[in-house]
Amino acid sequence: MVDVTPGSVGPIPPAEVAEMELYHPHSWWTKYVFSQDAKVIAIQYSCTALAIGLVALVLSWLMRLQLGFPGTFDFITPEAYYQFITMHGMIMVIYLLTALFLGGFGNYLIPLMVGARDMVFPYVNMLSYWIYLLAVLLLVAGFFAPGGPTGAGWTLYPPQAIMAGTPGGEDWGIIVMLSSLILFIIGFTMGGLNYVVTVLQGRTRGMTLMRMPLTVWGIFTATVMALLAFPALFVACVMMLLDRVLGTSFFMPAIVEMGEQLQHSGGSPILFQHLFWFFGHPEVYIVALPAFGIVSDLISTHARKNIFGYRMMVWAIVGIGALSFVVWAHHMYVSGMHPYFGFFFATTTLIIAIPTAIKVYNWVLTLWRGDIHLTIPMLFALGFIVTFVNGGLTGLFLGNVVVDVPLSDTMFVVAHFHMVMGVAPIMVIFGAIYHWYPKVTGRMLNHAMGMFHFWVTFVGAYLIFFPMHYLGLMGVPRRYNELSDMGLIGESAHHLNAFISIMAFIVGFAQLVFLFNLIWSIRHGKEAGGNPWRATTLEWQTAHTPPTHGNFGKELPIVYRWAYDYSVPGAKEDFIPQNEPGSFGPSREPA
Amino acid sequence: MAVVLVLVLVVVGSVVFHLVSPWWWTPIASNWNYIDNTIIITFWITGVVFAAVVLFMAYCVYRFRHKEGQKAHYEPENKRLEWWLTVITGFGVAAMLVPGLFVWHRFVTVPTDATEVEVLGQQWQWSFRLPGKDGKLGLAETSLVTSDNPLGLKTDDPNGQDDVIVQAADLHLPIGKPVKMLLRSIDVLHDFYVPEFRAKMDMIPGSVTYFWFTPTRTGTFEVLCAELCGQGHPFMRGVVMVDTEEDYTAWLGQQQTFAQLTPPQQTSSVEPASH
Repeated sequence: MVDVTPGSVGPIPPAEVAEMELYHPHSWWTKYVFSQDAKVIAIQYSCTALAIGLVALVLSWLMRLQLGFPGTFDFITPEAYYQFITMHGMIMVIYLLTALFLGGFGNYLIPLMVGARDMVFPYVNMLSYWIYLLAVLLLVAGFFAPGGPTGAGWTLYPPQAIMAGTPGGEDWGIIVMLSSLILFIIGFTMGGLNYVVTVLQGRTRGMTLMRMPLTVWGIFTATVMALLAFPALFVACVMMLLDRVLGTSFFMPAIVEMGEQLQHSGGSPILFQHLFWFFGHPEVYIVALPAFGIVSDLISTHARKNIFGYRMMVWAIVGIGALSFVVWAHHMYVSGMHPYFGFFFATTTLIIAIPTAIKVYNWVLTLWRGDIHLTIPMLFALGFIVTFVNGGLTGLFLGNVVVDVPLSDTMFVVAHFHMVMGVAPIMVIFGAIYHWYPKVTGRMLNHAMGMFHFWVTFVGAYLIFFPMHYLGLMGVPRRYNELSDMGLIGESAHHLNAFISIMAFIVGFAQLVFLFNLIWSIRHGKEAGGNPWRATTLEWQTAHTPPTHGNFGKELPIVYRWAYDYSVPGAKEDFIPQNEPGSFGPSREPA
Repeated sequence: MAVVLVLVLVVVGSVVFHLVSPWWWTPIASNWNYIDNTIIITFWITGVVFAAVVLFMAYCVYRFRHKEGQKAHYEPENKRLEWWLTVITGFGVAAMLVPGLFVWHRFVTVPTDATEVEVLGQQWQWSFRLPGKDGKLGLAETSLVTSDNPLGLKTDDPNGQDDVIVQAADLHLPIGKPVKMLLRSIDVLHDFYVPEFRAKMDMIPGSVTYFWFTPTRTGTFEVLCAELCGQGHPFMRGVVMVDTEEDYTAWLGQQQTFAQLTPPQQTSSVEPASH
């Protein structure tokens, strides 16, 4: 554990293998389109994810139009409403968040941060993006399929997902959805293997595992988890596809549909739920862990202070990753599974709160006695902590099996997961984009637009999702396209729904400003220079900004210290890059 | 400074909203006030933690925001502090989990004197079945469902003959008597949910699930389907009326049994089988 000792200069191992020749593109096509450079692939992933995310944003507006003002918009039929929520959820969780954190940030940051010239398998990495794009295009094709996309809810629970009472169930919708997911998983696996092997094998000399920035730890752990979790979804998709197309009965018991016996028998609908959530719960952390890692680096850099308790942070990431594989059935407390499972899964679920809480403490303790620069990345990091703590705490309601009974399947759940895995990780994504955009483009994002974007998004999102919990507490179920004559809610609940909808439009509008800023600043942003935030990690120490193919100049950087040497006593500057040799000031007192 | 102000406002606003907003749970009508109590404990603990973390953050931003010449303190870790925080968090979590598990044990342990009531969900309506004088529900299967036998009862099961069938109508329950709701579906997943009873459970075609409760006040309560079951999901409503003993007996007297509802030729075909 010598290596975490800040300021210490560990022994640097000699280079054991010669550098491999990089693939050199010969044409515009192989340089910018079918590129094998992880940075280009990262930008392709990010742009595709943001584009499809924009579709999901519009879908959320449409569903909020219906919920806020039921009966006003004739084109939002019940079928359309269910298609909107299904596609919104699926896009946001899989095609935006997973793809952007791993395919986008993972591709850009892993090689640069660990001091590698590229991913270890650049060709497979390129393939990963193109298969992802195919998955996205297929997903979009669902909107144009006869009968439209599936409206089974993003959880796609059978039997209804493949039956006539659900939009797309007996048409093409569900087939297209399942096929797109299968493609996504294939594409992800290709990228994921790259991220893992690059972290394990591609690090530069001196970059020990315990010197890696937490961003890399977060993305690395999330990728390992995804490689273990996605197969469960994969087989579930294949089996459901077989049930739907070939009439097998993996998930289909004997069913009487509208008075007619179907040709199925003996299948288990609940088996699908187990498979889905065996993927689905780790998926929450597949999104959260990269966010945890990135936000640690944002806070440390912009508070000019080392991340507090680095070792604990690493173990918390790894511990949360491992624990998240034994909590899946907390999504199924009222699914009808054996009730005694509740004891086990409530216990594991609440235990996971402990490492998660440690991370929160360490973030706020990093602020303590820091030198806090209220830059836009820092603001988003603060916004993340507020929304993540809020959403994490409501998770203690839903994770505690008996408390979940009244709240499950209500708007409380919708509010909880939007706060914790919607708003909070997206806060980090925004912070990260403001933080690394200067490295990617060489220019800063516009500050005024950034301030507008932050304040509207943070305050607006809180105003949307905080009151929503209370609708659920009243008993308003989720996935109702109208509450109309529901006796248990008063007129005031309808006003609250209208208010939430209006806030959703405002917050959505702020995202358009952000997109405009992204495009506008490419040409008109302030020149950034190589290291505008005066950060320590390797990606800021490249010879060129944006970094060229191969990332670093002639020589790969050699790493002499951890990623968090900020404000080291005795040092001239308030940061020491990881590749700077020499010892400064007193080392940390022994623990 | 705007940041500090907003962070403080988030805490104050959330607490005020929690206390004064008109949106709160519906008045309870079952014995599950234990669940409500566990929620209250959870609100207290999580509320305190939320306020503490966000206010601490606000203070840090106020006190340590960048000024000319300021330098951050250098302290990579503090083992003692980290362990203390871990232990305190552990206690907080246990304070929510332990009562939760006790109440869950109660929730899954059905009292022996509970009356069984079957709920059958199908797209998009509710039907109910009560045991007749024998106190037993007859066997039923999805594959036996026909238009004459909408609940799919086994015609040769004598226990089923006196079962009271309440098809696509309101359910009545007597006040103060524990009931075990046996939940069944013949098509997709549904979920029998009455917010005032606090309890809910999914219904799965091919399985029988259950929960139990004791109605504690009379009245009319709305049944909502809480598991997405296709496009008619929001309209899958039903009614449960909790009656006094007399009202309940009067209602029960007007209901028809399976034998009364089944066409005679089928009833006769059962007789040889019951020998």
